[in-house]
Amino acid sequence: MLDTSATGLVQVEEDTRILPPNLIVTSLDKIVNWGRLSSIWPMTFGLACCAIEMMAVGASHYDFDRFGVIFRGSPRQSDCVIIAGTVTKKMVPVIRRVYDQMPEPRYVIAVGSCACTGGIFRTYSTVQGAGTFLPVDVYVPGCPPRPETFLEGVMLLQEKIRKEQARWSPWR
Amino acid sequence: MAVTEVKAGIYAAGIDPEQIAGRIKEHFPEQVIEVTNHRDQVSVIIKKDQSVAILRYLHDDPHLSFDHLNDLTAVDWSSKKEVRFEVVYNLMSLKYRHRIRIKAQVPENNAKIGTVVPIWAGADWHERECYDLFGIEFVGHPDLRRILMPEDWEGYPLRKDYPLKGPDFEKDWPGFVEVVKRSQELKEFEWDD
Repeated sequence: MLDTSATGLVQVEEDTRILPPNLIVTSLDKIVNWGRLSSIWPMTFGLACCAIEMMAVGASHYDFDRFGVIFRGSPRQSDCVIIAGTVTKKMVPVIRRVYDQMPEPRYVIAVGSCACTGGIFRTYSTVQGAGTFLPVDVYVPGCPPRPETFLEGVMLLQEKIRKEQARWSPWR
Repeated sequence: MAVTEVKAGIYAAGIDPEQIAGRIKEHFPEQVIEVTNHRDQVSVIIKKDQSVAILRYLHDDPHLSFDHLNDLTAVDWSSKKEVRFEVVYNLMSLKYRHRIRIKAQVPENNAKIGTVVPIWAGADWHERECYDLFGIEFVGHPDLRRILMPEDWEGYPLRKDYPLKGPDFEKDWPGFVEVVKRSQELKEFEWDD
């Protein structure tokens, strides 16, 4: 623990002290998690009507960009994959391949009733939830979810990243 | 000013669908099984042997001129009719604005029927879809492959005896089963806090 009285450091929140004007002392966990959660670049995987809602959230009215969410066209540049829409069995090998190509750390958001549970499609061609073959971090319900729900899902993911400990470590 | 005149020029008067059915009966008396009329929509149920010849006649005859195939699909009557499948052709003439529906009976033990791709090129994917989901073979089709389901899928999902929820997991499509099993193996490498 630093002796704040002697150095002039001011505690602004737990584990974070600043020396005005621009010296900040904090934990590595905090700074890494802050960087990650402030720039979630999702791989878009629009499969059905939820993808339309995703486009609406990405557009200027709801504006995903203000959360640092910028859509990427390549899995190699992505931190997170948004499964938006009905997952068919034929699409499963493709989604899994895209996910496998993403660099760590990677996250999955399942958007919509279909991606969460299969929704109304209890049929031969539909996968009963993306959780059967992907480690889903956030389930966003709705058919399709409203843009606000979409944003809530991303904020939940941000909260999850904020609580991570030592995910930057090579010994994890 | 000229709108009505132009219209009258383009749209020649069509023929009443009952009369069209009559003409089919005249030309192919052996082939027509039944003519039904439901709310002025006339369907002609035919045998499958001469189906291509009948459809070719409907397309080529200058007074009928069915140059547009609205839709081609199939019906599985299961046990409700003697002959299990019907391939349905919804025809329309852009020139005369008249329509007719042709249904060709296809039995289960010999689920084959001639292709109409040489008549209407647009039938290509429709016939592939019927083959994919009903297992009806279209003899002479230029490229008869599955169109919606994966190529190594087993069974024909739109048949009434196909399980609605699909086969059990172990017997499911290998491409899907493989990915699910591999994802379970890779679970130990996932981040868990």
